[in-house]
Amino acid sequence: MSVKLGLLALLAEEPRYGAQLKASFEERTGGTWPVNVGQVYTTLDRLERDGMVRAEEADDGGRILYSLTDSGREAVLEWWSTPVEREAGPRDELVIKLALAITSPGVDSAAVAQAQRSASMRRLQQLTRLKQSVDPAVDLAWLMVVENQLFAAEAEIRWLDQVEAGVRRYGRPDSFASEVVADERLENRR
Amino acid sequence: MTAPVLQLLEVSRVHGDGETAVHALRGVSMQVSAGELVAVMGPSGSGKSTLLNLAGALDRPTSGEVEIDGTRLGRLKTQELAALRRRRVGVVFQDYNLIPSLTAAENICLPLELDGMPVLAARQEARATLKDLGLGGLADRFPDQLSGGQQQRVAIARALIGQRKLVLADEPTGALDSVTGEEVLAVLRGRCDAGAAGLLVTHEPRHAAWADRVIYLRDGVVVDGTTARQPARAHA
Repeated sequence: MSVKLGLLALLAEEPRYGAQLKASFEERTGGTWPVNVGQVYTTLDRLERDGMVRAEEADDGGRILYSLTDSGREAVLEWWSTPVEREAGPRDELVIKLALAITSPGVDSAAVAQAQRSASMRRLQQLTRLKQSVDPAVDLAWLMVVENQLFAAEAEIRWLDQVEAGVRRYGRPDSFASEVVADERLENRR
Repeated sequence: MTAPVLQLLEVSRVHGDGETAVHALRGVSMQVSAGELVAVMGPSGSGKSTLLNLAGALDRPTSGEVEIDGTRLGRLKTQELAALRRRRVGVVFQDYNLIPSLTAAENICLPLELDGMPVLAARQEARATLKDLGLGGLADRFPDQLSGGQQQRVAIARALIGQRKLVLADEPTGALDSVTGEEVLAVLRGRCDAGAAGLLVTHEPRHAAWADRVIYLRDGVVVDGTTARQPARAHA
């Protein structure tokens, strides 16, 4: 996963300045993925070039406000509606996606979780078939590899259940409030 | 294309009425065919137990139709329903529910005897079934002489003895450790591969993964389903 999709998701909520995007991204995803501001601007330039982001004229302070184009909005919707390919990228994408999904207004986080759960269950079904075909007496090492994958897939489903149960029990966190909490957490760490 | 052994058509079940009415199921349609194992997952209160009770003819829907082996249950009288339940549906519970004063073989042949099969023929069929499952040596043991996993495998054999084509399993691995649970699932899977239709309710994603399809219930509605193998399932 590139930082691109995370930035697009934040811009889908409201136009933001580059520095704001960096701060929001880190806070909203619990500091899972620190990004430097240069990386944010390089990504924004690329997104502008690709027609997904629109940059306003610089204001008096020299700051540029970025907003999403229709094609950028489409890319975000596609991200929310497409399950993460676990093999394709770092594992953190799912955590970031859910953290943003449960705090982004208008995003059905239960649907995001369910899409992932179904994808993970399909994987678990495939691994179960695979496991049945392995003879442990012949290939115990291969069985362990398969089981490792199997438990990872199971753990992911259990975690998705827990996330969803939390949202159902406590309601969706207010994104502003969660940013304040994240601020305090960062303060305390210093 | 074989006709489904179990079919639910737009089934709803409301418990109580007025302001306190609980909509346990809302317009659920699904089917289970011969040779197929379907798992049902969902949080507590999502309607799993209601679904299982309706599928097992233990309860009647508020609206919609349940069909077992081509028979629409809505038209049956209570007595006919009881007969259909006895002859067509096997149920497996978390706590095995074997009769403690009967041996494994006697437990398995009990439904056959209730259906009027001569005792000797029924015993023979029960022993053959136990042998099929690799439990031949346990035929004359009483439930308290069997481990939990063995008891549950006997319970599955009992659920599918005779003409029964539909087995409903309610958390069958709930009381078992992980490895023993898998042995029980292997038996259930094997019975379905041999032509039974199975509906499995479980909290365990790893156990649900033994099914051909996994259906998710939430607030009485099917929200999603996955299919492991399409369209035809190759035998593992």
